[in-house]
Amino acid sequence: MLSNLFKDQLMLGIFQVVATVTLVLLVTLGARWQKIHLEREVIVALIRGIVQIVLVGVVLVFVLKGPDWLSIFILLAMILAASTMNYQRTKTIPGTFWASFYGIGLGAGLVILLMVLIGVIDCSSISVIPVGSMLVANAMNAGAQALERYNSDVKAHVGLIEAGLALGAKPETMVAPYIQSAVHSSLIPRIDNLSSLGIVWIPGLMTGMILAGSDPIYAAIYQFAVIAMIYAASGLTAIASVLLIRAKTFSTAQQLILRPNEAAKKQ
Amino acid sequence: MCSVSFIYKPEKIQIMIIETKNLSRQIADKILIENINIQVEQGEVLAIIGPSGAGKTTFLRLINRLDEPTSGTVYYEGKDYRTLPPSIIRQQIGMVSQVPYLFPGSIAENISFGPRQRGITLSSERISWLLERVGLPGYQERNINNLSGGEAQRVSLARTLANSPKILLLDEPTSALDSEAEHEVETLLSNIIAEENLTCLIITHNMAQAARIANRALYLVKGKLAAIGTVEEIIHA
Repeated sequence: MLSNLFKDQLMLGIFQVVATVTLVLLVTLGARWQKIHLEREVIVALIRGIVQIVLVGVVLVFVLKGPDWLSIFILLAMILAASTMNYQRTKTIPGTFWASFYGIGLGAGLVILLMVLIGVIDCSSISVIPVGSMLVANAMNAGAQALERYNSDVKAHVGLIEAGLALGAKPETMVAPYIQSAVHSSLIPRIDNLSSLGIVWIPGLMTGMILAGSDPIYAAIYQFAVIAMIYAASGLTAIASVLLIRAKTFSTAQQLILRPNEAAKKQ
Repeated sequence: MCSVSFIYKPEKIQIMIIETKNLSRQIADKILIENINIQVEQGEVLAIIGPSGAGKTTFLRLINRLDEPTSGTVYYEGKDYRTLPPSIIRQQIGMVSQVPYLFPGSIAENISFGPRQRGITLSSERISWLLERVGLPGYQERNINNLSGGEAQRVSLARTLANSPKILLLDEPTSALDSEAEHEVETLLSNIIAEENLTCLIITHNMAQAARIANRALYLVKGKLAAIGTVEEIIHA
């Protein structure tokens, strides 16, 4: 219907943006009515989102025409940006930038490299960048969720952890349950993605491939492969990130330094 | 020619089990403990008293090395404790906190926790003996969720004793208990300290309790050592 009204694709896009932004603002106003104030965050996120995605579109025009090795730098930039965003989300925990950077680098980076080497992901920029970005984005979320959970669990169990330390236990022993629950909770959404695939949701990649003329069966199988890669990248990132942060949780003399402010004041 | 004979009279050399040298801890601009110099003999019971916020808990945490001194240090049996592995220090200088933080599971699992960290499996006889020692015979298989405050504090004490410590640090072990349980735990502590010849540093707000169980008292004010002496001297100072 809209495509009949707007013959120019750019005008069609602008109309679609206006319609969806209006919808978002209406929902935000609805939340405000219930005294849930999201206005500022939503407006900032909307502006960031549209500017970033349009800029990426412009960059992709050049990157996709350029040599394939350029995609390495694009993915590195994405990992760097994802680490910065994770740092913003979890900056009350010391050392989260590097834990996220190495975590996402290891998780998403290793999976992308392996899958390119064995040919699951085509090495062309047009394939590596979109699939890689999905892995980086999901690894970022899993890493942040794991770090946040670990942080809150450790801060909620300071007394128990120090009771163990005071009995001569190693720091790794005392935080092992919180490492396990952090990784587990960060992976639940990814496991849900795998189990609900095709029934509850048909992801965009598959839809795009079908629209681009791929065989629907192949598009479906490839989509499954991508979701499986997302799980692998997320799992590796979550494990690596919390293990790296565990090293920052204790001093060299095995003293707990990741503490709630109240406990720090009481010392 | 004159001859001079020297008669060597060695002084009594007494190595203190705990000695603090200029022990201090500061967080940002806040001084928590400042230049504490004390010596504690083997078998001595030292009460640590002072108003709230005086740094009593920080002082015990520094001795257990749960916190790091910002300057100064602690000598344990004549050795700077920074040269010893923290896990060894904590095993030999056991600490019982004000709130008994017990690990999820059974009482037997809690009691065997410390030795298990060193690869030692505590026999069921030893667990039974420890529980009898703290007045909880037959409690091995009970879950920690079904304990009263006094019982939980006794389990916490038994768990620390399971490590066979030489020094016991007690952070107001009876303050969260009702008067009956307080009296029971205090009696229990006095007996164990005497029978095991343990050195003990105990924080208490209760001067009568300090007088009952301690040889000496240390009075802290705003992180500084205000006085040290017999409990009577401190009470009347």
